[in-house]
Amino acid sequence: MEDILNLRYAIDTFYFLVCGALVMWMAAGFSMLEAGLVRAKNTTEILTKNVALYAIACIMYMLVGYNIMYPGEAVSAYWPGLSFLLGADNVPEEVLKTAGAEWYDGSYYSGRSDFFFQVVFVATAMSIVSGAIAERMKLWPFLVFAVVMCGFIYPLQGYWKWGGGFLDAAGFSDFAGSGVVHLTGAMGALAGVLILGPRLGKFRKDGKVNPMPGANLPLATLGTFILWLGWFGFNGGSELILSNVGEANAVAAVFVNTNAAAAGGVVAALLTARVMFGKADLTMVLNGAIGGLVAITAEPLTPTPGWATLIGAVGGVLVVFSILFLDKIKIDDPVGAISAHGTVGLWGLLAVPLTNDGATFGAQFLGIVTIGLWVFGASLVVWLILKVTVGIRVSEEEEQVGLDVSECGMEAYPEFTSPR
Amino acid sequence: MKMITAVIKPHKLEDVRDALAEVGVSGMTVTEVKGFGRQKGHTELYRGAEYTVDFLPKIKIEIATAASIWEQVVEAITGAAHTDKLGDGKIFVTDLEQVTRIRTGETGDDAI
Repeated sequence: MEDILNLRYAIDTFYFLVCGALVMWMAAGFSMLEAGLVRAKNTTEILTKNVALYAIACIMYMLVGYNIMYPGEAVSAYWPGLSFLLGADNVPEEVLKTAGAEWYDGSYYSGRSDFFFQVVFVATAMSIVSGAIAERMKLWPFLVFAVVMCGFIYPLQGYWKWGGGFLDAAGFSDFAGSGVVHLTGAMGALAGVLILGPRLGKFRKDGKVNPMPGANLPLATLGTFILWLGWFGFNGGSELILSNVGEANAVAAVFVNTNAAAAGGVVAALLTARVMFGKADLTMVLNGAIGGLVAITAEPLTPTPGWATLIGAVGGVLVVFSILFLDKIKIDDPVGAISAHGTVGLWGLLAVPLTNDGATFGAQFLGIVTIGLWVFGASLVVWLILKVTVGIRVSEEEEQVGLDVSECGMEAYPEFTSPR
Repeated sequence: MKMITAVIKPHKLEDVRDALAEVGVSGMTVTEVKGFGRQKGHTELYRGAEYTVDFLPKIKIEIATAASIWEQVVEAITGAAHTDKLGDGKIFVTDLEQVTRIRTGETGDDAI
């Protein structure tokens, strides 16, 4: 029996770590997607933001975020209390003493693997912000926002749901984070974009939209495929256990549904773009894939693959209309992050009761309103403080020259350089 | 000596190079350029918003020739780059005062 328990612990830990590594790779996906959808003069800067925010997320979550989200003993269902740095991992003898029947009630995988899996989710939420504010925000205030977001704003709402706080007690259902991760990222982004304003020249006086085509669609496509791959870790790992027949089947079902939803999102966005514009707009199709993935993230287990495709397809249609709508009301989101993660995140959360009898629309609404208000409000305050203290927007001239030169002093594709 | 500057459709470059080789042109400089003439531009679409591409991609060829063959050169380019559709391009001929081959210091027709 001890050998079996050892093996189960090892398998579940290994599964968790590999899924975490897949989610880590989504940072690469976001980087490539964003680098592809901004103009060439802002490439180096958006890549700098992406790699730096990932590192900041890792450090802040280790310092304080993880403990806020998963407190040993919470002060209340609303406030978890404050503590710092990671505790010790499980003691092998104690884990192995657990009776078989209670195995999955306690610590059946490494505590460090749990931290690793959670930390890459924070980075995902923060990556969503970087795309929406691209091409006009200063680098350093953005990184300060990342500190607050990853250390405090994200972990607190994460505690309310996944850490066992009041949203969890109220029956709010969010399997892998359509709300906790994606809506959170989108709300932080929306608050930032509203304070930041649109890119210079994005909206004309006559109300028309000036398109600012992305510089590199192959990179954007690669980024989308990387995100699609990473999502198997994101959703698949969120089952948390692998090592028995029922759980292994569940993980496989999550993989299949996640894939099906992305496929549904792509086809739906492709058709929507064709009907709306008369052409197959690749950038909308890529957003459709993300939309499908976000839509299924709140509940990738209970739907049949057919349902999953449908849920993803609705996400794919929604993302296109949401992007057009945001343009119409002059909210400038260069990569469509607020639409793909926010609008579709809402849909994903509301779709849970369609296939999961354990979820209710009431609890889903409560979760949406709570997460939405908290993250939007807290982010708004942080962005405003940054705006009045150091300023968050580059000067007009710097924006015209491009953030690569003004913020990083380095172009992504330098030509005609000479040694001095 | 004459300086011949031709702006042509990009996919015609191979044909033009072959035709020029036949009339004895032994060197040229090629640049990717953008511009418009009577062809004008066209409309493209990005995320539902239309924009016009006014400047179309073209190839600019520069050839220095001896005065004796410049008419043949112009004929060769005209023949090879011709598609009978708008946007075939133009050929400009100007007088060329001096040419120097950097390696040897030769000048005039010898340097071409």
